[in-house]
Amino acid sequence: MDLFPLFNSLRIAFLSSFFVFFTGIFAAYYAAKLPRLLKGILDVILTLPLVLPPTVVGYFLLLLLGTKRPFGAWMMEQFQIRIVMSWYAAVFASYAVAFPLMYRTARGAFESFDITLADAGRTLGLSNTYIFWRIRMPACRQGILAGTVLAFARALGEYGATSMVCGYTPKRTATISTTVYQLWRTDNDALAFRWVFINLIISAFVLLTVNMLEKKQRRK
Amino acid sequence: MGLFLDIKKKFETFSLSVHLQTEVPITGLLGASGCGKSMTLRCIAGIERPDEGKIILNGQTLFDSEKHINLPPQKRGVGYLFQNYALFPNMTVEQNILAGLSKEKSKIRKREVLSEMLELFSLTELRRRRPHELSGGQAQRAALARILASDPQLLLLDEPFSALDTYLREQLQVQMLETLKEFGKDTILVTHSRDEAYHMCEQVALMEKGHIFSFGAMKSVFANPRTIAGARITGCKNIAKAQKTGEREIFVPKWGISLSLEKPVDDSLEAIGIRAHAFLPAPAKNNAHMTIPFPVVFSGELEEPFEWILQFRFQNQTPDSISLWWRIPKEQYPKTLPKYLYLSLDDVLLLYRQKMDN
Repeated sequence: MDLFPLFNSLRIAFLSSFFVFFTGIFAAYYAAKLPRLLKGILDVILTLPLVLPPTVVGYFLLLLLGTKRPFGAWMMEQFQIRIVMSWYAAVFASYAVAFPLMYRTARGAFESFDITLADAGRTLGLSNTYIFWRIRMPACRQGILAGTVLAFARALGEYGATSMVCGYTPKRTATISTTVYQLWRTDNDALAFRWVFINLIISAFVLLTVNMLEKKQRRK
Repeated sequence: MGLFLDIKKKFETFSLSVHLQTEVPITGLLGASGCGKSMTLRCIAGIERPDEGKIILNGQTLFDSEKHINLPPQKRGVGYLFQNYALFPNMTVEQNILAGLSKEKSKIRKREVLSEMLELFSLTELRRRRPHELSGGQAQRAALARILASDPQLLLLDEPFSALDTYLREQLQVQMLETLKEFGKDTILVTHSRDEAYHMCEQVALMEKGHIFSFGAMKSVFANPRTIAGARITGCKNIAKAQKTGEREIFVPKWGISLSLEKPVDDSLEAIGIRAHAFLPAPAKNNAHMTIPFPVVFSGELEEPFEWILQFRFQNQTPDSISLWWRIPKEQYPKTLPKYLYLSLDDVLLLYRQKMDN
């Protein structure tokens, strides 16, 4: 059995959730501070990929990344890198669909943060950097972790946008989800079942982790 | 020296306009919830920015809208004890106190102050506990230790006893008073409890709708609250609109009574107040300042642990007005209810229209 799809899926998921982690927290932290109207607009834009069909997200990504499109053409010209139909196109796809999960969960955590803790820190003479890293982040830790795990799970299972921007090429762009589809399409049910089983195990593990984190949060 | 405060801040529903100058160790800010007491503290601490005005603490300007001075909370030297104590949940008691010592550079000195605080506030045994493992009283001690470790010039206490069980409150008030005396920090205490203010403060400012309308020594403010709002906040139960009918004469339409006083009445008279304790079933001996007897009808009673509240109406009281309260210790409950009640003229609180000077 060729394990490339597992390796490929994992590297895509890790890379995209790495970027999602930082940009999601950043966006959530500043969105929580914005005035209501601006926050509402930004919220819709940032959460849209969560509710749009993944194929629509894929369509937009192709508009951006295609070799004749602005970003894709630029990458081609500058670095001779063709993004579309390569495995890193899937990083973009996973990033786009996983980002809202991180953003929303982290924002929820930041908003439920007891602001008097930050106020107390300031009156005690603590710097804003100290307050962010030593008081706010630890207090929101569970929410941020839960968001990260959810985003990772979503990135790992991405199919629609991924298949549009990088298709299915064995040993090059194949991920678990595209492989399952391909195997089923070619009547290779037995192998398809193995991949389904692997997917089930990973997803169950992820959900268990999220549940554990949420329980911990409630106990606090 | 002391604190000078003159600030304005507008909100959607009300506007804050506070003028206060105080030099005594403990000043109370007494008012109903939502009157702007906490907002005033937040402005002093620098958590909120007033729209305009000045805040000067011991000669140092913390805020001045004209000179564009607005020191951040970190540089104000103002300690703030929050209602929920705001202990950092991810840190132990010890780490919380050390967080208050962030400005102290010397590690040896940090350790010294830490163990001093732990000892003073009986927290040594609890030093490794996290805030959620502490009782309300312990959490309060830890929060106070953390603030005093940071050595502020001024201490702001925001409803410090409201999160505690009733039976603990008075005990902790005594403890807190001792601590405050020991550290000798100027303090502003915000509370909606008249008893708490009375126990703790030398001076009190009464606040309503974002405005301080009475300020002075605790005893004189309670003895003469001067306005309807003041009478209410200081716990006066019987208040009714009154009219001036002569130099020393007043008439209370709803109660259907007239009073002849010994002192002249100002034209801005709005109402009178009579504390529930003030009524007497017979004229007090050796007291020439008694009113004429008022014929009364009793209408109900309410039992309290150590006192009775007897509800009554004056004979000529209008039907649409509420009954009055007479509060007496249990052992003085009369065998037969009196037909007349008396008052010392000193116990009639004259309440005047509020002067809106700013």
